[in-house]
Amino acid sequence: MTAVLILIAVATLCTAAVAMALRNLIHSALLLIASWTGIAAFYLWAGAEFVAFAQVLIYVGAISMVVLFAVLLTRQSRADVAIAPGSLGRVVLALIAGGAVLGVLVGAVLSTKFANSSATTPTVTVKQIGQSLGGAHAAALLVIGVLLTVALLGAVVLATTDRAEKEDA
Amino acid sequence: MSAAWTNIATSAHSLLERLPLLARDFTTDWLPESARWLANSLITIATVVVAFASLFALLTIVERKVLARVQNRPGPNRVGIPFTKIKLFGLGQPLADGIKMLTKEDIVPRAADQVLHFLAPVALLAFSILTFAVIPFGRQLVPLELDAGVLYFFAAGAATELAVFMAGWASHNKYSLLAAMRALAQLISYELPLLLSIVPVVMLAGSLSTVGIVEKQAGWTWGFVPHWHVFTPWGAAGFAIFFVAALAESNRSPFDRPEAESELIAGHLTEYSGFKYALFFMAEYFGMCALCGMGVTLFLGGWQAPLPFLEIIPSYFWFAAKLLTLLFVFMWIRATLPRLRIDQLTRLAWKFLVPLALINLGVAVFWALTADWTGAIRAIRWIVAGALIVGPFVLIGRKLSSGIAPRTYRYAT
Amino acid sequence: MNLAPLQLCLLFSSALFCIGLIGALSRSNTILVLLGIELMLNAANLNFIAFWRYGANSEPATGVMFVIFAIAVAAAEAAVGLALVITIYRHQKNIRLQDATRLKG
Repeated sequence: MTAVLILIAVATLCTAAVAMALRNLIHSALLLIASWTGIAAFYLWAGAEFVAFAQVLIYVGAISMVVLFAVLLTRQSRADVAIAPGSLGRVVLALIAGGAVLGVLVGAVLSTKFANSSATTPTVTVKQIGQSLGGAHAAALLVIGVLLTVALLGAVVLATTDRAEKEDA
Repeated sequence: MSAAWTNIATSAHSLLERLPLLARDFTTDWLPESARWLANSLITIATVVVAFASLFALLTIVERKVLARVQNRPGPNRVGIPFTKIKLFGLGQPLADGIKMLTKEDIVPRAADQVLHFLAPVALLAFSILTFAVIPFGRQLVPLELDAGVLYFFAAGAATELAVFMAGWASHNKYSLLAAMRALAQLISYELPLLLSIVPVVMLAGSLSTVGIVEKQAGWTWGFVPHWHVFTPWGAAGFAIFFVAALAESNRSPFDRPEAESELIAGHLTEYSGFKYALFFMAEYFGMCALCGMGVTLFLGGWQAPLPFLEIIPSYFWFAAKLLTLLFVFMWIRATLPRLRIDQLTRLAWKFLVPLALINLGVAVFWALTADWTGAIRAIRWIVAGALIVGPFVLIGRKLSSGIAPRTYRYAT
Repeated sequence: MNLAPLQLCLLFSSALFCIGLIGALSRSNTILVLLGIELMLNAANLNFIAFWRYGANSEPATGVMFVIFAIAVAAAEAAVGLALVITIYRHQKNIRLQDATRLKG
């Protein structure tokens, strides 16, 4: 079981790291999608089936599409998806900052004594999820609905071209 | 005498019904317990893949035949058994096509993104095969029984869009890229009505499991009207929306924008040849079969028989019959309707199908709330639900088509 | 050293978080910065599932619920974020973050 976890973790981390370091934006996006799929695999491994499928549906099916569209809509020339790397100073500083955060987090995880986990694996059926969505978490569900609607409208307003302005230009 | 006769009939029927499972257990019986599970899964996977691969071969010839008959020509009728004069109505055609595809040169453009160019057809095929895992092909004949089966199906289906993009991008060809962008726009647009049209089914069946949804559709009213979802007002509307969206999702005519050969050469398939092209073709048919299978499962009662006395015939036969009927309708539509323009296509999705699917959701809620209405007010329930669907349909349809129809011909009569 | 599965999960998510952080800090392309932030969000989600799976007294659905809502928020964030990217591109014809200084006082 743990071996599978380590395999998933290594695959996810490698794809994510390479994606963040690549110069070709399309390759970066596709590798990140692979990494998101790896995270879905982790959810599946942990027994959260519903979340895993939702992750694939939303990240691989929807967000990836938006990202790819954005990449293709914002390039100047046909072949231009390769991007200039950030300045060396920035990279070094980022690596130092990231390394420091990683150090703190790893130290915290290793030094904390976690309460011994219960032997039984928690299982959650779709029915339970539905009941808590409609019961205890109904308010949150409504708020999310409003949020998504507002986000949709906001995205549309932001991305539409102002036709009058275009004619002036 | 008659009791004994019924007994024999019942046991023969149950034997037929469980024949695939019995055959599987028979082959893996000698294995130890731990290996048996793996062997059973492998046999299931192999069966599904082989069955649909042969269905694909059959479909290619049937489609060409159907198109030909609609256009009043014979279609492929030469290839039969080699070295004889037996032609078998051209049934050897898929084999000949397969050999041709396999022996063709596989050309990769020099400027192409080599890795992605190779990965695209593989990924597309892999994801399309994955979608078959949750479709119940018969009573107890579901490869993988998942609690969230419907969600799994659409998650795996959503991943195929990525492969289309990869193909278009990797080819390094402007037509391919244009087509890929169009394909994405189309697939995203139609994903919405597709998902919205199945929400009422999930809601009223109270289950995301495909097996559960099929079982909910068992039984008959008055002994001859099956309890399939398509025989309710919301189900009929939902099925219509699902069907149109499925046509678009599988890039079938009249929604075959992405590969419109008259303007985009062949879309994202332009730079593919030989076996990779065949893989794309295969994946497209697999996707079509999977969506039809899902439509059958969600709306047409899955493997349930249409009439009580027809239950003698095993369930997987009924599933196959319904699936083939839907596939035939797909072909029929391809032969009949002209291709839509890209703006017409997206407008249909966003301004027509999505609002209707949302209204349909409301109708389904009404239907669920009035489930206890019996007797005469049942008729009222039907009328109200029907009016709630037909009214908006007519209104939105008229609004959208104003200014378009009727077409006037200036130079022709 | 013998690590409990929970600790392994947490190390996994910490590493993922830091990869996202380094990406978001070091790259100058707006889309990549957004993707880095997206990775950090995912790392947080990993933690919820890890604690749900191995936590001392987890309720049946709490962690799962949290992740579902987080994924929905992430979807909204990505949509708005990328619409912003396209707007920036329209104004300055590239998407380098350093060049987006118009609002600087």
